[in-house]
Amino acid sequence: MLLLAFDTSTPAVTVALHDGQRVLAETVTVDARRHGELLAPSIAKVIADAGAEPGDLTAIVTGVGPGPYTGLRVGVVTARVFGRTLGVPVYGVCTLDVLARAAGPAAAGREFLAVTDARRKELYWARYDGPGSRIAGPAVGRPADIPDGAVLPVAGQAVALYPDELGEPIWREHPSAAVLAELAAERLSVPGTGVGEPAADLGAPGTGHVLLPPEPLYLRRPDARVPGPPKRVTSP
Amino acid sequence: MIGPLVLGIETSCDETGAGLVRGHELLADAVASSVDEHARFGGVVPEVASRAHLEAMTPSVDRALAQAGVTLADVDAIAVTAGPGLAGALLVGVAAAKAYALTLGKPLYGVNHLAAHVAVDQLEHGPLPAPVIALLVSGGHSSLLLVPDVAGEVISLGSTVDDAAGEAYDKVARVLGLPFPGGPPIDQAARSGDPAAIAFPRGKYHDGSLDFSFAGLKTAVARWVEERAARGEPVPVADVAASFQEAVADVLTRKAVAACRQHGVDHLVIGGGVAANSRLRALAGERCAAAGIRLRVPRPGLCTDNGAMVAALGSELASRGLPGSPLDLPADSSLPVTEVVVR
Repeated sequence: MLLLAFDTSTPAVTVALHDGQRVLAETVTVDARRHGELLAPSIAKVIADAGAEPGDLTAIVTGVGPGPYTGLRVGVVTARVFGRTLGVPVYGVCTLDVLARAAGPAAAGREFLAVTDARRKELYWARYDGPGSRIAGPAVGRPADIPDGAVLPVAGQAVALYPDELGEPIWREHPSAAVLAELAAERLSVPGTGVGEPAADLGAPGTGHVLLPPEPLYLRRPDARVPGPPKRVTSP
Repeated sequence: MIGPLVLGIETSCDETGAGLVRGHELLADAVASSVDEHARFGGVVPEVASRAHLEAMTPSVDRALAQAGVTLADVDAIAVTAGPGLAGALLVGVAAAKAYALTLGKPLYGVNHLAAHVAVDQLEHGPLPAPVIALLVSGGHSSLLLVPDVAGEVISLGSTVDDAAGEAYDKVARVLGLPFPGGPPIDQAARSGDPAAIAFPRGKYHDGSLDFSFAGLKTAVARWVEERAARGEPVPVADVAASFQEAVADVLTRKAVAACRQHGVDHLVIGGGVAANSRLRALAGERCAAAGIRLRVPRPGLCTDNGAMVAALGSELASRGLPGSPLDLPADSSLPVTEVVVR
């Protein structure tokens, strides 16, 4: 197995390569405005660092958010094209699940939240049980409206944005592609979800499935209002 | 057929285009449009367009490959619109193009959308003479260019100081109760109207510049229609459409011919969505003939945004063995027209 994993749904552009046993190479660059510029060179570097070629890849996994749309789409379209040209399966993983996996040990068996910045004074969030399975979300809303938001431990760099409205921070980092790769590699090693048999673990978000289709989790409709009648240019 | 096989990708506005070109030969042109999703908003909604690009991207490329009867392995270079255009929309195409280039191990050319509108004419009418004057008119652009070399040197002579011509069409269509996009229904309504019925203003007509202005014209049409309605009189939609269209075509062609004369150029290329307009094509034909200028206008399907135009420009660059763009190529929503390829 040679799994290429990346995520562009937070300010971090992160890429990792995993051989089924371990992470071979990883890059993380934090720059919320340059996902489109950073992702392809980071992928090229990770593949080269591992002494591999694009043609050696056996599966692609991308974070599917939720996250700011413009950056999120860079990862999703890149994953789809890689899958198409290399003829390998492409999977999505909810980015909040990646945070939850990283933060799981710090939660020490307690239920907890994973959050990322949704801008406009809102957060993307999901709730996890002690063992780290998602039990609510992904959803988007104001920090004050997250059920038990003020009392549950919270994972994610975005916790720093709302220190007074959220509970105890247990993990303050952006999601990492190394963790995304580990999560996906673990899932793909389960019989029935192996490479070449992509359908078994793919479900809708919120159904407990970890591997998803490579579709962005937008959670919001596009901002667009049907206009009223044309503005008058003469006084009535 | 000789020359590199170039895949062109276009996502600068609401059309997802994938085209394949070898030399000056068009092999495939697959376009998926999200225009119907924008119609009820009366204009292109960038986020709606970007979401549609993501869904249409790989299927459009696959359709182009099937049309041409080739596979991805046959592609020698990838060209993509790097700008100008809607930032989020451009980024989908640019990211996709990088992924094709990286996985196929082939060069990437991030090209200028406006230069591509000029280059596409070579697919229909053969090599461009040097230099040509290009008039590019669409919902996003109204520009006059001096083009000594479409793959190397493009000089801006003038552009709109406010609305693009196509934008004025959309706004006038709304005032007249016609659907979005406004170009085709106004063109249709104008067929039965009198172009001399109403003397609408021609912005910057006598200022000697090669710039355009359409905001005043749009407001004048709205004012005329409102005053008419305020008097309780019916609005003669056909006459308003024909008179508006005449004003647009008059000022565009007058300045295009003036540009040719000022620069001693005897070839004019017209491109962009508004180049599909029947009155613009007819009046340009008359005035160019009278001025001894050879007019080249691609068929309407190649005037609107498409991947073939990007492939056409990419083909020109790749055929000359020019260096490509780096993998950190940015999408640039305001890419200057002088930058034909981003390096």
